[in-house]
Amino acid sequence: MVLELQKPRPIWYIMFSTHHTDIGLLYMILSLSALFMGGALALAIRLELFFPGAQIIADSMTFNRMFTVHGTTLIFLFILPFASGIGNYLVPIMIRYKDMAYPKLNAIAFWMIPPAFALVWLGFADFTWNAYAPYSVISAPGPAADMWIFGLKILGVSSILGAINFVVTILKCKHPDLPLSKAPLLAWSFLTSSLIILVAMPTFAAALLMLLTDRLGVSRFFDPAVGGDPIAYQHLFWFTFHPEVYVLVIPAIGFLYEIIPRFSRKPIFSHSSGVFAFVLLAIVSFASWAHHMYATGMSFTEKTVFMIGTLAAVPASAMHVFNFLATMWGGRIKFATPMMWAIGGIALFFSAGAGGVVNSAMPLDFISHDSYWVVGHFHLFVMGTIAFGSFGFLYYIFPYITGRMYSEKWGIAHFVLSFVGAVMVFFTQHVLGLYGMPRRVFDYPPIPEWIAMNQFITIGAMLLGIGAAIFLVNIIYSSAKGKPANMDDPWGLGGKYYYPYEAKNPHHSH
Amino acid sequence: MSGHSHWPEWIYIGVVVALLVWVGAEAWNLERLVEHVPEDAKVIKVTGQQWFWTFEHEDGTKEVGELHVKKGVPYKFEVTSTDVIHSFNIHDYVVLMDAVPGRINIVWFVPFDEGEFPIQCREYCGLIHYNMRGTLYVEDDA
Ligand code: HEM
Ligand SMILES: [Cu+2]
Ligand SMILES: [Cu+2]
Repeated sequence: MVLELQKPRPIWYIMFSTHHTDIGLLYMILSLSALFMGGALALAIRLELFFPGAQIIADSMTFNRMFTVHGTTLIFLFILPFASGIGNYLVPIMIRYKDMAYPKLNAIAFWMIPPAFALVWLGFADFTWNAYAPYSVISAPGPAADMWIFGLKILGVSSILGAINFVVTILKCKHPDLPLSKAPLLAWSFLTSSLIILVAMPTFAAALLMLLTDRLGVSRFFDPAVGGDPIAYQHLFWFTFHPEVYVLVIPAIGFLYEIIPRFSRKPIFSHSSGVFAFVLLAIVSFASWAHHMYATGMSFTEKTVFMIGTLAAVPASAMHVFNFLATMWGGRIKFATPMMWAIGGIALFFSAGAGGVVNSAMPLDFISHDSYWVVGHFHLFVMGTIAFGSFGFLYYIFPYITGRMYSEKWGIAHFVLSFVGAVMVFFTQHVLGLYGMPRRVFDYPPIPEWIAMNQFITIGAMLLGIGAAIFLVNIIYSSAKGKPANMDDPWGLGGKYYYPYEAKNPHHSH
Repeated sequence: MSGHSHWPEWIYIGVVVALLVWVGAEAWNLERLVEHVPEDAKVIKVTGQQWFWTFEHEDGTKEVGELHVKKGVPYKFEVTSTDVIHSFNIHDYVVLMDAVPGRINIVWFVPFDEGEFPIQCREYCGLIHYNMRGTLYVEDDA
């Protein structure tokens, strides 16, 4: 196996292993495959929108299926498994235990994902990643829709099992000498995001079953003709998925808490403020779900309550940003690839949050809702913050996993192309939304401003695509042929590398 | 907490909270005014279905895909759907309201400019969602 310079093993050793670093590796490989598959769909979507009229995609149904699978893949098969991969790798080491609390359960949680992946891709459903009723009940074509429902059901269970494992590992298996409050912030990020999953996920699990039985005709939960309510589905959906956006972003913030002090050669400005902000986010994340539903006909009072709940989550995120900047302040910063991603990620996180405040303000949301503004908003988070943090962390952990260095020059090229591309794509999408272009459309009227902005966005997306191609070549080539890394201090930062790489591959000692 | 001073963090949090309170208060106030439907508004029933809009005026006349209104007159839309969720949108007038089967949602406006304005669907509703479009014609009565 090329991935390990020190003690190479055949791939099936890794596949049948229950050791946390091996499962971590599997998660990362799966998630990166999903990144490239979902990313390819995005590029096709962008090419289609380069001109009005049909371009490269035959019909609107194919287009609708593509953006549905794009969103589903990147959220559930890239971002979440990538975070689980890093968590598996590092959390047991950080809390000083030999493995995750339940190694077999850990392997089961991982191996549930490939079948779900297959269901989502072989079905290729069209009802968007939200699967709103009643479209998803009475209109979405099967078996694609049913396969998506089963796929997501499996992913939900896998995510709950993974969360239980993280919570038990951190709370019960940590070394007695390590007080919880002093555990690294990356470990804290997994503790808080796992707790959110445990509270949030059940309502979506219920909603999926209700969709399924409604589709089978044995129930009518979302059918107004017999007293059902389609809006109930949206409440169940967003009660899970607004908190879930924090499940996506919290580990990425944890990644930044590792990278930034390291490359600023300074301790974190305030560990306790980081812990406090994580816990606060986990709690207030449950107070805002219906900000996605202002336009469904909610009363003024309901809207006001959810606006306040949404705004209440902002100070916690702002505390993290402060902590990052205060850590960098006066540090001897080394602008190596991981740090570049971290800095770019903070800048885009800040912009994304500012746009989120605009969405939360009720009257303004009636301008932005379901327009390209929203697409720009959440991509600044999912791409600009979460994927940026993940790329940065992948470069950071690369020598630890492979024993080799990636190419610094190409790592920076990947970053520069992605940063420029992300700004071109996602900022412009905000403006396009203000001009009124709805999201999820296969074609648009030939309004000159819309055409110009769509073309600019597509060019930006191509830069992101080129960056991703460079990234792929860099990691594959470097894991086989890269320069052997100085395992104690790969970037020459002084001091010791955080993680004892000897903790890997325990099977080799015998 | 560690030994260094924390007052910059408190000031920063204070500024952020102040900004949020300001945004929230302004939004609350504006939304309250915007939602107040004038007494004399004329009612137009809007029905979304895959994949077109139907409008019914107070006098019972119906239009499909086109909506003719008079400049300067307040209109109250009663929005609903017969199949899946759509979203009734006249972007130029910030009119946006979901058309939900089994519910009647209210939104209102006063057209103040003569001319033609696009009507579109902003909630994904399937095959022809991208082309579930119409036109608003604002005419001057005088
Ligand atoms: C922390 C990371 C965040 C992520 C990953 C994220 C993600 C998302 C996603 C995926 C959507 C669109 C959902 C859809 O309709 O498909 C969305 C919409 C929204 N977000 Fe965020 N968000 C984040 C933070 C925030 C923050 C901090 C705020 C407010 C301060 C916010 C406010 C909103 C609002 C109000 C909407 C609804 C917009 C609309 O549909 O009209 N978000 N977000
Ligand atoms: Cu949300
Ligand atoms: Cu539609």
